[in-house]
Amino acid sequence: MLNSNIPSGPIEQKWTKHKFESKLINPANKRKYKIIVVGSGLAGGSAASTLAELGYQVSCFCYQDSPRRAHSIAAQGGINAAKNYRNDGDSVQRLFYDTVKGGDFRSREANVYRLAEVSNAIIDQATAQGVPFAREYGGLLDNRSFGGAQVSRTFYARGQTGQQLLIGVYQSLAKEISRGGVTMHSRTEMLDLVTVDGHAKGIVVRDMVTGEISSHAADAVILATGGYGNAFFLSTNAMGCNVMAAFRAHKRGACFANPCYTQIHPTCIPVSGEYQSKLTLMSESLRNDGRIWVPKNAADCGKKPSDIPEEDRDYYLERKYPAFGNLAPRDIASRAAKEACDDGRGIGPSGLGVYLDFRDPIARLGEDTIRARYGNLFQMYEKITGENPYTSPMRIYPAVHYTMGGLWVDYNLMSNLPGLHVLGEANFSDHGANRLGASALMQGLADGYFVIPATIAPYLASQTPGSVTTDAPEFKKVEEEVRERVGQLIDITGSRTVDSFHRELGHLLWDKCGMARDKAGLKEALKLIPKIREQFWKDVRIPGSGNNVNAELEKAGRVADFLEFAELLCHDAHDREESCGGHFRSEHQFTDKSPEVKAGKTQPGEAKRNDEKFSYVAAWEFKGVGKKPKLHKEALKYEAVKQAIRSYA
Amino acid sequence: MANLNLTLKVWRQLNADDHGRIETYEAKNIPNEASFLEMLDIVNERILVDGGEPIHFDHDCREGICGMCSLTINGIPHGKDKGVTVCQLHMRSFKDGDTIWIEPFRSRVFPILRDLMVDRTAFDRIIEAGGYIDIRTGAAQDANNLPVEKDKAEAAFEAAACIGCAACVAACKNSSAMLFVSAKAAHLNYLPQGAPEKQKRTLAMVRQMDAEGFGNCTNQYECEAVCPKEISADNIAKLNRDYVISSAKEAVG
Repeated sequence: MLNSNIPSGPIEQKWTKHKFESKLINPANKRKYKIIVVGSGLAGGSAASTLAELGYQVSCFCYQDSPRRAHSIAAQGGINAAKNYRNDGDSVQRLFYDTVKGGDFRSREANVYRLAEVSNAIIDQATAQGVPFAREYGGLLDNRSFGGAQVSRTFYARGQTGQQLLIGVYQSLAKEISRGGVTMHSRTEMLDLVTVDGHAKGIVVRDMVTGEISSHAADAVILATGGYGNAFFLSTNAMGCNVMAAFRAHKRGACFANPCYTQIHPTCIPVSGEYQSKLTLMSESLRNDGRIWVPKNAADCGKKPSDIPEEDRDYYLERKYPAFGNLAPRDIASRAAKEACDDGRGIGPSGLGVYLDFRDPIARLGEDTIRARYGNLFQMYEKITGENPYTSPMRIYPAVHYTMGGLWVDYNLMSNLPGLHVLGEANFSDHGANRLGASALMQGLADGYFVIPATIAPYLASQTPGSVTTDAPEFKKVEEEVRERVGQLIDITGSRTVDSFHRELGHLLWDKCGMARDKAGLKEALKLIPKIREQFWKDVRIPGSGNNVNAELEKAGRVADFLEFAELLCHDAHDREESCGGHFRSEHQFTDKSPEVKAGKTQPGEAKRNDEKFSYVAAWEFKGVGKKPKLHKEALKYEAVKQAIRSYA
Repeated sequence: MANLNLTLKVWRQLNADDHGRIETYEAKNIPNEASFLEMLDIVNERILVDGGEPIHFDHDCREGICGMCSLTINGIPHGKDKGVTVCQLHMRSFKDGDTIWIEPFRSRVFPILRDLMVDRTAFDRIIEAGGYIDIRTGAAQDANNLPVEKDKAEAAFEAAACIGCAACVAACKNSSAMLFVSAKAAHLNYLPQGAPEKQKRTLAMVRQMDAEGFGNCTNQYECEAVCPKEISADNIAKLNRDYVISSAKEAVG
């Protein structure tokens, strides 16, 4: 069922060879094809504008009031590329290797190599668009370091790299909208996917202002709808981020791959109360200079940090991972923070926090240099917490941030449903079990600017353009189902709010399927999720009608899907009897007794993979609500790199 | 951690055709640490439990970068704190017993969609008119082939920090969009990459701004005072300069 379509040949020739061997569509014929793009972030926006430049007729949809506001905008730290402008030994090969290793040897080699290969063109493209990357006095581009790498390959625009890259994408999209190449539908939410003879041929959407439900047909559909981090209720995602588009596609036959690979980001502002609606990330770039520590002795946790002398501080990342220090990858840094807090050495009112301290770099470089590097991040921290990070260390704690899992795609970024293509965070393909910092922006733009424009042609060439219209009975049927579902939600008129269900689900997932998981906990979650779902469909309250702006109705549709998706997430976490990257099963970790620990290759408490049994992509096929999905395996073959114990020591 | 008891005076309006009105809500026991939007979440949760319809407002990232949130608080877009969006405003900025007036970003160019939500698509149309550099994907040269002086790159960044929230328009008695348009134009006009289309861009953006019905700038800089990204009104002077030069060039041909 799953054919990854990885081209044959040496890894460094696969992409060039594949492009040469793929069918092309001549410019006059491109105009006849319609393509739907759902999502207007870095992946969706760049795909929409580039496909329109090529001549295709593109319709782009987003739930925000403007495509410029997609959540890619919130990315702070930077974007990786193998330019080697620093002459520090970087190369496509090294970026490829770091990414595969960072993903704990659970990603698809060929996709990752292609990602590294096109990374440089992204920087060229963005710069030509006027993206104001940081520069040195000589006028050339500056770089900084990010987690999981020993070279400086990250390009950045202060603490708002995501916004600047997205403005570049949005401006390019605006250019195509004004030229007539892209029809933009903002404040419009995709509620379902329509398949005709097993091919994805359109979507059903709701206008979020008028409530009108309508169908849109095309020759191919692209989903670039982001990740599912909001399943956990609290995350660094925007409030509107949701899994609906991807999950609807899943219910229509698209396999969902590796949902258990969820990234918990180590440096977020800790939770302060039950009313909290979201968590705020403090960029990984802060770990270039900031030093992470907790008190050596639990008894010191209540003291002011300035009263704790140097010898009583445990700079645990520097101690455990001397080669990478504070720039250890995210999954490792997060688990180390959890370990310190579980050990009773967490700081702050809740005991769930560690310090990120700039005392030493300020003493070494001066406050002005630190302000120039991180000024807006320090300001953001101060606005939220009311504390001044120049004089006292930041308090941080891990939070759900990014999801490596997503809809299964082949090398062409097409799912197992012909015609359905999936880009960016919404697919599963490039980051394995853990994503390195500054690689999400890279992947989104690689997929949209450089991969899909080449890889969508082979599918389109096999289709007669305009062969399916919204007159097809399949559209009427799905539209009817969507209307019924909206009506059903409104008619429940129960007693509980949508948020109360979302919060309940989120707490459960964080407890049982969060930073650490075990069999018993996952079994329990699988028992409890259907109960919450049942309660939701009996007792949720949505006031008002479907014919107006109705925020509760929008949220309810999304939460209803999270309530089904959560089970899939737990099934995958339950079945993957190993630890790798963002998926940490407490039963599977190295201990003092492990031969690898005795041989000095790793340390107790590190994630223990099982390459023999689990070197595969777990792609799940939907089998009905409440039923266990069917597992399909795509074996991962490593030809260019050797699977090894992931060491950052 | 003290809790606050507040009185809210909130603009309610079902849709663009409805006559809006101010309604009063008691917001009791609000945690000091909550953000302004979390305070509204709490109030909405209680309205919902009591069988009412929640107060609608735009919001998304809740970390001050997406530009979606758009509330006028006690007459000031994004509230009285400097350099923040509403989502970054925290309740510790208020006192127990305060009465807080919450209204949408008002401008005749921004129709109200519901309650505190407005339609800001006029901003998109201004960008579509010319707020971009016209290059095709794939056509770019190596990024370091074109050095950019650091001060110019910094000035472009300062302008590009605009999040398109439209507080500038809401703060202006003339509903002028000059701070937004000037920031968007300056971002590209400062850079060598933006030079070839500078004249065309400047004229097209200003003309679209006028066509949308935004008012004129009378240099009072309320816009600069409320801008959550502290975009400088110097950009307006730059836009005026660029516009005069572009118009003259256009006239001469």
